[in-house]
Amino acid sequence: MIPTNIRVATRRRRIFLEHLEAYLFLAPALILIGLFHVLPGISAFVMSLTRWGVIYERWAWLENYAAILDPSGARFGEFVNALGVTLWYVLLTVPVEMVIALIVAFALYQGTRWRGAYRVVYFMPYITSVVAAATIFEWMFDANFGFLNYVLGLVGIGSQAWLREPRGIFQMIGSAFGAGVPDSLAGPSLSLVAVSIFTIWHFIGFQTVIFLAGLTNISRELYEAARIDGAGERQILRRITLPLLSPTLFFVGIIATVGAMRSFSQIYVLTNGGPLDTTRTVPLLIFHTFFERTAVNGIGLGAAMSFIFVLIIIAITLFQFRVLGRRVFYG
Amino acid sequence: MARSSALRPSAPRSFDRANVVGSLAKHALLIFGAAVAAFPFYWMITTSFKEFGEAAKSPPLLWPTSWHPENWVEAWQYPHTLWANAFANTIFIATLTTVGELTTSVLAGYAFARMRFRGRSILFALLLATLFIPTEATIIPNFVLMSRRYLGWYDTYTAQIVPFLVSVFSIFLLRQFFLAVPQELHDAARIDGAGHLRFLWSVGLPLVRPALVTVSLLTFLNSWNAFLWPLIITSRPEIRPIQVMLVQFTTEGGSRYHLLMAGAAFVILPTLVIYLIAQRYFIEGVARTGIRG
Repeated sequence: MIPTNIRVATRRRRIFLEHLEAYLFLAPALILIGLFHVLPGISAFVMSLTRWGVIYERWAWLENYAAILDPSGARFGEFVNALGVTLWYVLLTVPVEMVIALIVAFALYQGTRWRGAYRVVYFMPYITSVVAAATIFEWMFDANFGFLNYVLGLVGIGSQAWLREPRGIFQMIGSAFGAGVPDSLAGPSLSLVAVSIFTIWHFIGFQTVIFLAGLTNISRELYEAARIDGAGERQILRRITLPLLSPTLFFVGIIATVGAMRSFSQIYVLTNGGPLDTTRTVPLLIFHTFFERTAVNGIGLGAAMSFIFVLIIIAITLFQFRVLGRRVFYG
Repeated sequence: MARSSALRPSAPRSFDRANVVGSLAKHALLIFGAAVAAFPFYWMITTSFKEFGEAAKSPPLLWPTSWHPENWVEAWQYPHTLWANAFANTIFIATLTTVGELTTSVLAGYAFARMRFRGRSILFALLLATLFIPTEATIIPNFVLMSRRYLGWYDTYTAQIVPFLVSVFSIFLLRQFFLAVPQELHDAARIDGAGHLRFLWSVGLPLVRPALVTVSLLTFLNSWNAFLWPLIITSRPEIRPIQVMLVQFTTEGGSRYHLLMAGAAFVILPTLVIYLIAQRYFIEGVARTGIRG
């Protein structure tokens, strides 16, 4: 018979060793996340309160925020412009991507032959490097010899400058019909539309695959039952497919919006924010502020901008949750 | 809805005229969409083999009149580019990143799924919460962290590898797979005297192989395509990866598009080949986790 105190001691020892082993398993991952995600996340806020260019200068409290958010501040104009461009970019890409991907997913779902082959082709753009694919599009958008101007020519529309065109599309369409559109309603520039066309091309496959997975998860029995009950195709779509797909739609909508707002590489390669800043989204502005003007106060201002931008992304996501989340049907 | 119609057989659909038209329209749409998705790749390849004058010809030629493989050689040997070097760098970085990330994710995913310890659910929730820390916010502090004052990793391979040795998505995916491993197997192994590490190595890993393949492929691909971070954290051309090299090449190549397309092909083709071989793992991995690069 082993005395109780020894039994307790061995038990304690065993529990201690078990915990030690578990924490050792977790340690590499947790240390890396702490060092490269959590710590920088916190220090971003601290840095935003400093004047910091090439070297740390001084504590600046809310000076950077004032420069960005105060209408008379030095950086207010460019930040508001970048924010407007970012929102246009979201509006030009996300709804179009989702509608096209949904149509493709429906077509693929309805038991077509070669579904696998189609899926492989549609997904191809998504796995290619944004930088390399954007290089191809830069060539296709070329003002003189680009393939897209050739296609426009086929349908009787004149050549466009695409990525070098700062004029707003509403204004351009207006002037094509002889109507003057004021600058305030000029709309997003054609160059932003061109960047959006690339983005749509690149991400359609991703959304199609997710939608297809969502559609496949809907039980076939529901459709059979509805058909037996005499429901028409449109009714089935409205009453069964869309409600049951709504969690997927919601998920894709949210991550596509956040993804579009955070886009960097394709814009950097295609336009680098130009012409006349009409494609300079907030991530590009942060990059320019931080990287090209480090000499001034790049780190302080850049960190403040990223912090404000993160708050805006969170606000938009919460808004989507409140407004759209209510319509989502979780079986 | 009234159940009384339940006995009515559904009308035969296969010879419906509207159905045939609908099916044709569907295929026309799918083929058109697939053509749009694939055309840029086609255009890249054909342009890269055209003669300079023909590449910039209007109207454009869909098929080159003569093929010029020497364009690829010229692009590869273009002044100031170090393609071979850049490829070696990217393969080195992507391989180490993949092996390292796989190791940390397997260990953490297994611990969260199979080990009992205090604070497990809180730690897991905190881990998922870090997904909400966006790269925009962390990139500047990370840049500062790499500077000589702190880690001193600026302009090194280390800076391009170590921060990417962990991924919450991979941990999450592997945890889900380890949760599906039957507890009986675990108990049996324990009785036979196997510890966690032993069980993980000889029973767990073979059982979650599909997840390991998915995680490896997606990590390798992400590392291969990485651009913004290497762009700002390196300055020496000798240690820069192919994506940064391609941008430098397009800046210097100007509008010599037949060469630029050869350069784009260097970067795209290896991943395209891997994708076409292992497409199932890519597509299903993304469908399962919703990772958006």
